[in-house]
Amino acid sequence: MIDLTVVWAGIIGFAIVAYVIMDGFDLGIGIMFPLFRPGRDRDTAMNSVAPVWDGNETWLVLGGGGLMAAFPLAYAIILPALYAPLIAMLLGLVLRGVAFEFRWRDEAHRRMWDRAFTLGSSVATFAQGVTLGALLQGITVEGRSYAGGWWEWLSPFSVLTGVGLMVGYCLLGACWLNWKTEGDLQRQAARYAGRLGIVLLAVIGVVSLATLTLEPRYYSRWFAYPDILVTALVPVATLIVTFLFYRSLSRKREVQPFLWALSLFGLCLIGLGISIWPDVVPARVTIWEAAAPVRSQIFMLVGASVLVPVILAYTGWAYWVFRGKVGSEGYH
Amino acid sequence: MTALDLARAQFAFTVSFHFLFPAFTIGLASYLAVLEGLWLKTGKGVYANLYRYWLKIFAVVFAMGVVSGIVMSYQFGTNWSVFSDKAGPVIGPLMAYEVLTAFFLEAGFLGVMLFGINKVGKKLHFAATCAVAAGTFISAFWILSVNSWMHTPAGYEMGANGQFLPGESWLEIIFNPSFPYRLVHTVLAAYLTTAFAVGGVGAWHLLRDRANPGARKMFSMAMWMAAIVAPIQILAGDQHGLNTLEHQPVKVMAMEGHYQSHPHGAPLILFGIPDSREKRVDYAIEIPKASSLILKHDPDAPLKGLDTVPDEDEPPVGIVFWAFRIMVGLGFAMAGLGLWSLFARWRKRLYDWPLLHRAALVMGPAGFVAVLAGWVVTETGRQPFTIYGLLRTAESASPLDAPAVAASLLAFVVVYFAVFGMGIWYLLKLMSKPPEAHEAGLDGAPIRSAGVTPAAAVIEGDPA
Ligand code: HDD
Ligand code: HEM
Ligand code: HEM
Repeated sequence: MIDLTVVWAGIIGFAIVAYVIMDGFDLGIGIMFPLFRPGRDRDTAMNSVAPVWDGNETWLVLGGGGLMAAFPLAYAIILPALYAPLIAMLLGLVLRGVAFEFRWRDEAHRRMWDRAFTLGSSVATFAQGVTLGALLQGITVEGRSYAGGWWEWLSPFSVLTGVGLMVGYCLLGACWLNWKTEGDLQRQAARYAGRLGIVLLAVIGVVSLATLTLEPRYYSRWFAYPDILVTALVPVATLIVTFLFYRSLSRKREVQPFLWALSLFGLCLIGLGISIWPDVVPARVTIWEAAAPVRSQIFMLVGASVLVPVILAYTGWAYWVFRGKVGSEGYH
Repeated sequence: MTALDLARAQFAFTVSFHFLFPAFTIGLASYLAVLEGLWLKTGKGVYANLYRYWLKIFAVVFAMGVVSGIVMSYQFGTNWSVFSDKAGPVIGPLMAYEVLTAFFLEAGFLGVMLFGINKVGKKLHFAATCAVAAGTFISAFWILSVNSWMHTPAGYEMGANGQFLPGESWLEIIFNPSFPYRLVHTVLAAYLTTAFAVGGVGAWHLLRDRANPGARKMFSMAMWMAAIVAPIQILAGDQHGLNTLEHQPVKVMAMEGHYQSHPHGAPLILFGIPDSREKRVDYAIEIPKASSLILKHDPDAPLKGLDTVPDEDEPPVGIVFWAFRIMVGLGFAMAGLGLWSLFARWRKRLYDWPLLHRAALVMGPAGFVAVLAGWVVTETGRQPFTIYGLLRTAESASPLDAPAVAASLLAFVVVYFAVFGMGIWYLLKLMSKPPEAHEAGLDGAPIRSAGVTPAAAVIEGDPA
């Protein structure tokens, strides 16, 4: 008999991975926006994500909505615990989402909306990183609810993960622009990618080591024998991927650096999974404790198994429609 | 102010703002699909021009709808965590279906709808427009099912851990007793909202230039909608009210201002000032026995009043009473304007009757007001429960400190008024420009939205 709870953990995990992969690069472009020359370059950078950002963000809605549906208890504990960063993230997403539209409507205030785009993207990314850090370091739970104060999420570690995610998304954004644009902007993006890669590697190292000290069980998950034979592969793979990333960048490849950067994210998420499995609220609540009843799981699984492939298909089609290099003039 | 009051204020504020946008996009998406369909069929440039004209507006509204909607999907957890824990197994899956069937559909095809005409060709582009329109409707379907379940819960079992669990049949949950009524009434409301917004814009441009073909076309289309849909909406509202009387009689007592029971036929109070402390309606203008006639189809039928309900189970009467009158008043005003337009059409004066145009202009925002008033009736009338009769609002809230909720409420108010205020101003600016024969993008800049339309491209080969 298949354990549906595990299946659902997999689906939620998939939604989160899909979200990070898809929205990461467009948030990163938002963070770096002021570094691009006003006019042509900024228009091009914006255009490269304009047709897809809404679809990208929908994976966040699926992550949140799916969590409520499949693990209602976890949703009910995590969201109040991370109240301040989550509200900040939502407000950030409001600001950057409307900026896509408003900057074209109001020549006189275009600079202002560009700033709102950057501010919103930065706040949203930082808040997502903080959320991750705060969950890892552990939240106070009593009975079926959160029992800590409204500043519990704030710590040096969560600030570190917040900044770390900003670096990571910037790397994805730079690689995306290296792929989708030409000329000066492309060269600028490639230069940034080169610098960000090394910073990200450092951040990954520090966050990983710090994580091990947070909870004894994270430590034991990584270092218990014989698991270590497998877990040790993750850092090794990270180094290899970083090497491949730099090699593709120095060979002036366009697509590969983006894919290797995504792989780096994938490895981080695998590492995260190793640390917290099988908890949905790390070190507090397991997926089985928080799971929705079987009837809810089955009902949703029927829909998800049909619809997720369909969604992936037409999302892929939409990306394909807008394939190739972008100009500042939009998609003529 | 307690954390609970603040959380309620925050939810009411964010969801009211959110709903303003879907109320417009649900109708506008369908209108765009109709315009593009007519253009493909007839090849007439006026439809293509109108399509481009309203597409620019749609893009702005849609962006605001999306970002305010993402806020909503997290509000349940941040502010109503106990409710989410308890109701999650039942309503969570419905919301997940909304994401899977509606949001992805809209978002996936929006980019193509806004930017893709040159990339995919006309037929496929029309298909994308239709997909977005279908997505908005499917979204309304699921979220209203969720909301209706909270009003008329059905098909659930109580779990030992205090959760509501799904029973044998999901259909019983989805098609709970108030859902069909609410779906019909709300979708019609969205169409009316759009019709009056479009009509108002058309009227404004007719007042300045009666010959503008785009303005004439949109005004005429909007007035057909008003004339046909407004009366249907009144009937649908009546049926909705009867359904409410069956399942939530206390809400109807508040709507009608019936503090007292009326064993021999209840009067219809047209206006008055409800006084909840004295439990009476001051300065009431009443039609004797009419309420019983409407609600029971018998002038002498007895109707119970709020005196039969314990005080702690009563909703606030004043708000419900007034909001209901605003909605119904606007409903009749809409039907009235629709009739007037039919008369004008018959007299062949639809395009040159400035008084009619002024009236339509004034009624431009009527749909938005009516929609919000309707939701205030519905939601406030459900108080003090979130899941009617089963879970109290006071027992639904997150364990948050008041300052946290106050700070976030303040942040929402500031950001929403600033951002959506600017957005609405951009909308008015777009609407104030007359539709042109070669409706183009914005001053040379291609229109990009949550997608993009180099709008000039939308109609290559357009003869207008
Ligand atoms: C253009 C918008 C609009 C217009 C003209 C009307 N309504 Fe409405 N009404 C709504 C938009 C709306 C709404 C926003 O869609 C609501 C809120 C929740 C719902 O189910 O529909 C609503 C709720 C609502 C309810 C509360 C149902 C409940 O929660 O139990 C009743 C009884 C009516 N309406 C009745 C009417 C009547 C008799 C109308 C005739 C004049 C009318 N409405 C016009
Ligand atoms: C979109 C249009 C809607 C509007 C304008 C609206 C309006 C409101 C208002 C004014 C309140 C506060 C009532 C009070 O506290 O007196 C409220 C509460 C609430 N509504 Fe709605 N609502 C809408 C849709 C929905 C939907 C679709 C859902 C569910 C999916 C929902 C669920 C709730 C919940 C959980 C509360 C908080 C608890 C409460 O105070 O009742 N609402 N809403
Ligand atoms: C509290 C209840 C609600 C929640 C949690 C909610 C959630 C959301 C979310 C997350 C989005 C963005 C989807 C995207 O990323 O594309 C959205 C948009 C939308 N919502 Fe809501 N919503 C609520 C109430 C409503 C109601 C009452 C309706 C209609 C009857 C509605 C109709 C729509 C539509 C049509 C969209 C598409 C975007 C737009 O047209 O503005 N929503 N909603």
